[in-house]
Amino acid sequence: MAKNNANPSKLLIAAGGVVYMFLYIPLAVVVLFSFNDSKLNAEWVGFTWKWYDKLFQNGDILHAAANSLIIALISALLATILGTLAGLAIYRFRQKWLSALVLGPIAMPDILIGVSLLLMFILFNVTLGMTSIILAHVSFCIGFVALAVQSRLSGMDQSLVEAARDLGATPFQAFRLVTLPLLKPGIIAGGMMAFTLSIDDFVITFFTAGVGSSTLPLEIYSMVKIAVTPEVNAVSTLLMLVTLVLITALSRISPTVLRN
Amino acid sequence: MLEIIDVSRRFGDFVALDKVSLNIQAGEFFTLLGPSGCGKTTLLRLIAGFDQVDEGEILLDGKPLTALNPEQRPIHTVFQSYALFPHMTVAENIAFPLRMTKIAKPVIDLMVREILEDVRLPDKAKHYPDELSGGQKQRIAIARALVNRPRLLLLDEPLSALDAKLREQMQIELINLQKEIGITFVYVTHDQGEALALSHRIAVMNKGEISQIDEPSVLYSCPDNRFVADFIGQCNLLDATVVSVAEKQLRISIAGLGELDVCANPEIDFAVGDTCALTLRPEKIRLAAQLDITDDEVLFSGKVHDMLYLGDVTVYIIELANGVLIEAMLANDAPGRTRLFDTGDAVQIAWHTDAGHLVA
Repeated sequence: MAKNNANPSKLLIAAGGVVYMFLYIPLAVVVLFSFNDSKLNAEWVGFTWKWYDKLFQNGDILHAAANSLIIALISALLATILGTLAGLAIYRFRQKWLSALVLGPIAMPDILIGVSLLLMFILFNVTLGMTSIILAHVSFCIGFVALAVQSRLSGMDQSLVEAARDLGATPFQAFRLVTLPLLKPGIIAGGMMAFTLSIDDFVITFFTAGVGSSTLPLEIYSMVKIAVTPEVNAVSTLLMLVTLVLITALSRISPTVLRN
Repeated sequence: MLEIIDVSRRFGDFVALDKVSLNIQAGEFFTLLGPSGCGKTTLLRLIAGFDQVDEGEILLDGKPLTALNPEQRPIHTVFQSYALFPHMTVAENIAFPLRMTKIAKPVIDLMVREILEDVRLPDKAKHYPDELSGGQKQRIAIARALVNRPRLLLLDEPLSALDAKLREQMQIELINLQKEIGITFVYVTHDQGEALALSHRIAVMNKGEISQIDEPSVLYSCPDNRFVADFIGQCNLLDATVVSVAEKQLRISIAGLGELDVCANPEIDFAVGDTCALTLRPEKIRLAAQLDITDDEVLFSGKVHDMLYLGDVTVYIIELANGVLIEAMLANDAPGRTRLFDTGDAVQIAWHTDAGHLVA
């Protein structure tokens, strides 16, 4: 048995290879063609940086990228604060309905969240724009942060907080000196997850965006409507790079959070 | 010094503690002993302040504790899991209670260094808890709890995670440490051997009540009731009826064994016809193929039903004529390889009339 585990059969390797090819060839193609010296995504002509050059001269894309970054940063920050509090509350009060309420949006289809948020913004007369997008992103990111924080909490020895109190710490001191430092990896992981979810969200943003608040995914979509230009490849490659860096950092900080 | 007066604690319908009262003297090594669910940990948590009493009062040096938060009580706890802060070094862990009291930094450093010397781990100051062995974590947890000299140290099964050898060594260290610093220890355990070895006095608890409070030797030789007799050490419990009562001796009848004499228990007045139980420690029973007995011994014949070889001793389970099983114990102290009896061998057992102890 142990030998089998150590040396998987050739068939298994082949099957795995096919699946990985299916997963990564489209991404590889995008990256490859972003350096292709041709307007058509058909055949390899030669290496060039010019699509990246053009990209950084395209005002619309730069504006959208800036929007995306601002939205992702603010909504990740807000979602991290609120999600951490929610995670603490779920852990502390141990009520099923509480965790269902906080974590529910994770399981909800994006299209549903998008439509319902749009309806709500209209109902409350919120002008669609950066604010409405940020509010929308915060609302669907809270659950992910809460999940990361709560899983970290439930892995924590409860007697640590009691030990802190026992040794003379007030409830606030115990939180600041023991609970919070131990939660930090969970909080950071949750925050980064919120950031990546926010920066590449399309569906919910589509419903809650207004004039002049287009984000990078929306901008890419509108460019693709005409044709998949090498410029789109270039911006997609950059977006991929940012996400990849974040995911790597995330898995370094807390592998368990990703696994869950 | 610590007075627990009629303390009750309920969790829903479950009565964890039912009007428990006890007094712990200053400088004492006091143990709460009982099976899991007996309420010993609940009582410890009430003393520490992690939980609130439903009824009753806890006094420390005559002052009520019940209104104080854990951080306001001059009481520290050594947790079963040690509860060392994993994100702090050993030195930072030990300094934690001192930082809470606004002692100057140089003084804190000095105190930390001193206590690390006391627990013989001076070179571990900069290590993190997960770099320490179980025994080292244990010592650091104790150092952290003792560094600012609490009035009372609570220990919640602190040795249960250690292996047998290390546990014995830590027991000796605990006894010496307690003797040196003179701080009152309240120790919780379910391990009767540990309780007997460590304590000045033991409170045996069962189902939220105290069964008996006494010194270890008294608990062992003169248990107040069947529970204590059975819980502490190995014990034969023989149901009996009182047949006749004299001043210092009773005659009892045991089903299957007939009538025999036992010494009276000065604590309990038995009357003729009362039911009782004879508690008889296996090591107080004589066992041989053929026995000569004195006037104040009783003798029975039987055969070896089962045996447990434990190295230093062998426990023999002897089946007497009417199917009554009695445990006897013989030391394997003869030179050479000792194998005294085999299963099925005919043997005789005898015990002195004052070897047994009568309980209600």
